[in-house]
Amino acid sequence: MSGLVKFLRRPIASTLVAVLVGLLIAILLVLVTGYDPLQTVATLVHGVFGSPKYITNVIIKATPILLTGVAVSFAFRTGLFNIGAEGQYILGTIVATIVGVSVNLPAVLQIPLVVLSGALGGALLGALIGFLKARLGIHEVITSIMTNWIMLYLCNFVVSSEAFHNPNSNTAYPINPSGYTMILPQWKVSDEGIEYLLQHPWLRDVLLKTDLNVGFLVAVFVAIVVGILLKRTKLGYQLRAVGLNKDAARFSGIAVERSVVLCMLISGGICGLAGALNITGINPHTLSTLVAQEGYGFNGLSVAFIAGCSTVGCIPSSLFFSALMYGGMTVQQVVGVPSEIINIMIGIIVFFTAIPSMAPWIADAIERRRSRENKNLAQETKGEEA
Amino acid sequence: MEPDSSYAVQMHGITKRFGNYTALSQVDLNVRKQSVHAILGENGAGKTTLMNILYGLYQADEGTIYLNGTPHSITGPNEAISNGIGMVHQHFMLVENFTVTENIMLGDEVCGPAGTLDMRMARKQVLDLVEQYGFEVDPDARIEDISVGMQQRVEILKALFRGAQTLILDEPTAVLTPQEIDKLLQIMDDLVASGKTIIIITHKLKEILRSADECTIIRRGEYMGTVDVSQSSEEDLAAKMVGRNVNLKVEKTPATPGEVVLDVNGLVVRDDRGIEQVCGLDLKVRAGEIVGIAGIDGNGQEELVNAIVSMTKAEAGTVVVGEEIQNTSPRNAIAHGVSTIPSDRHRWGLVLPMMVSENSVLEQHDKSSFGKGIMLDYNKMHEYTSMLIKEFDIRPSGCEDERIAGLSGGNQQKVIIAREVTQAPKLLIAFQPTRGLDVGAIEFVHKTLISERDRGAAILLVSYELDEVMDVSDTIAVIYHGKIVGTFEQGTVGEEELGLYMAGGGAK
Repeated sequence: MSGLVKFLRRPIASTLVAVLVGLLIAILLVLVTGYDPLQTVATLVHGVFGSPKYITNVIIKATPILLTGVAVSFAFRTGLFNIGAEGQYILGTIVATIVGVSVNLPAVLQIPLVVLSGALGGALLGALIGFLKARLGIHEVITSIMTNWIMLYLCNFVVSSEAFHNPNSNTAYPINPSGYTMILPQWKVSDEGIEYLLQHPWLRDVLLKTDLNVGFLVAVFVAIVVGILLKRTKLGYQLRAVGLNKDAARFSGIAVERSVVLCMLISGGICGLAGALNITGINPHTLSTLVAQEGYGFNGLSVAFIAGCSTVGCIPSSLFFSALMYGGMTVQQVVGVPSEIINIMIGIIVFFTAIPSMAPWIADAIERRRSRENKNLAQETKGEEA
Repeated sequence: MEPDSSYAVQMHGITKRFGNYTALSQVDLNVRKQSVHAILGENGAGKTTLMNILYGLYQADEGTIYLNGTPHSITGPNEAISNGIGMVHQHFMLVENFTVTENIMLGDEVCGPAGTLDMRMARKQVLDLVEQYGFEVDPDARIEDISVGMQQRVEILKALFRGAQTLILDEPTAVLTPQEIDKLLQIMDDLVASGKTIIIITHKLKEILRSADECTIIRRGEYMGTVDVSQSSEEDLAAKMVGRNVNLKVEKTPATPGEVVLDVNGLVVRDDRGIEQVCGLDLKVRAGEIVGIAGIDGNGQEELVNAIVSMTKAEAGTVVVGEEIQNTSPRNAIAHGVSTIPSDRHRWGLVLPMMVSENSVLEQHDKSSFGKGIMLDYNKMHEYTSMLIKEFDIRPSGCEDERIAGLSGGNQQKVIIAREVTQAPKLLIAFQPTRGLDVGAIEFVHKTLISERDRGAAILLVSYELDEVMDVSDTIAVIYHGKIVGTFEQGTVGEEELGLYMAGGGAK
């Protein structure tokens, strides 16, 4: 039992408890709304693991929110609340599309160019937010939310502009195919590829029915690199010191303003990268008119907080989140449970992960009860002796 | 001791645990009616916890509280107040822009029949109290306009207004000038004479000897006994409090000052609100001497220190350490050999959630000795920290990779001092270096300051504890309203005279 207490005191326990509570409440909601909870859970699991295609799609959908999650975690660890991940993501897609449409180079040059320019777009927007905070003291949350909307309308402006509008659609022109980052894009539609894939139905599912792309690998790489950056480098040390105690950092000679700008630059760059990778990796490889924000940035906040703002922790967290979203769609189609239930569940999980003291609190309660029992026992034996 | 109605408060066998940590273990307290009872202990000994239990802020895990001989369970401050217990906290709980009357009635408002405030009635009641106890307090003055000593009297009035028979004063003298302390002690005598009982929490031995009848001593949460103050000396009390004999006198040889290291000329600094806090201040500190700045909190000390290290902007004037360094950057100040022990270690000195080793290199982490290229070398940081831990006896040993928040206040301060001193500064600024430290740790800090002086560093000591400034400094400079109003060699000036200068009365 003391093993349990010890476990509950570890940070990860709070996350797991939150996830568990969220699942339980969601099941309760399903029950209350009159659906079969067993069938719901079974369908959810099937919707995630039922076929190679499902699993692949979960991974693909996890990619952008893993990156925005890493970006938000990184900023949070250095004392900033980057709620502008959404806007930086959108700017990433805009810049990637503009560059991807306007330039046509061989893939080895085109891909890095498109992807990095998207990241650069996000980085500059992030840096602007950081600069406004460092120089003029404007809180990053205010500027972030405003830039989110500016970016949304900038996107729509580009889509509808003469230079980029794809006639008879609500999208811009797709980028040149040399910028695509799907895995084996040519081979899988070649005669030879189709021949081979016919023999291997599992692989066919994964390659042909989805937009499997390199994005997730890049995202995992970024999560690990950013983790090392924070923990092992001088820059990360400075950024963390600023985030944890700005006053002491300044007192000891760390340039706090520079640190704020740099942090937002990096965080924004990661969001821009997420946007660019979605353009290069996923159909239709271009911008669409946005009526509302798609939530890649905002979901990144949830991913980050479920992960306790650990950048590497964002990897499982983004997969979990993506699985719920993707599996939730199946649940809606098959069982009829509104996907809002899934959203409520995610909300509850995020809500409970925001209470980091929950698991230690349970541990305390267990210990208290145990010590009370021991005391009672001691008193009883004392009473008997008397 | 059996419960007895001649005691206002009796707390028997009080035990309080926070998780695995036992803050108080079987502590007894017996406070006679109409007496001043002191509770003495080092920081973290559990004095305030004990009083918070009496005031109902915490519940004891074990033990019984008797008020006037009958057992009571006090589950909240309201219950304490209705049982005649009042508490004056160390940090005043007053609404700055309310008047004295408004503050006193806050929480127990005087209302007319329709539930509206009856200010005339309230004012009359406050005036009655003021007259009854001879306090010099204007009921219509705003809190922000009156002195700290008067604010404290308002806090006491607030407790009396609610019918307090027993008053708990938590470190009441920490913010007062010597003259104000005299006045407070007089008020305490008057209150006792009029039938009240006073419990005073303090770690200042002198005041106990001057004011208290009895003294209960707590060491690390354990009851060390209650003594009759008239039969005790300062040394007795200190030894009981710390558990060993302590040298209360600061020992040092006469200073042999060299060249001027810090030269402040006509310095003007404004605070965040744009109010001039340092108003044309001149100050020189030479190598091999300790200059102590005496003064009451809020007379420009913070702004002075911050301007020297470029944390705040100097409106005018110069700060010279080798060359002019005002309005550059904290980094530049450090590069010129200025090290600072900040006043609030949690705010300015440490990054609490970080490890001890990470905190040990806060100013030096980008030096090549702690990493290659962009990477930090945690092994080297660890080694360096081990050296500091050994040399400065930081406890627990082997705490390199633990969060510094887990260390005691004294050991956190040792980490800062170790870090600053190891850089062999030309100028060491020690701002409230012993704030919140116990007697043993204070001894260590003072010895370190003196050994740094003897090494040849210039030391600027800024402290609100007049005793500390008088004991440690070679030269004492009094700051009042942002100016140095008097400079004295150590030993040529008494507490009374310094007190006058600190209150602005010396510059005739």
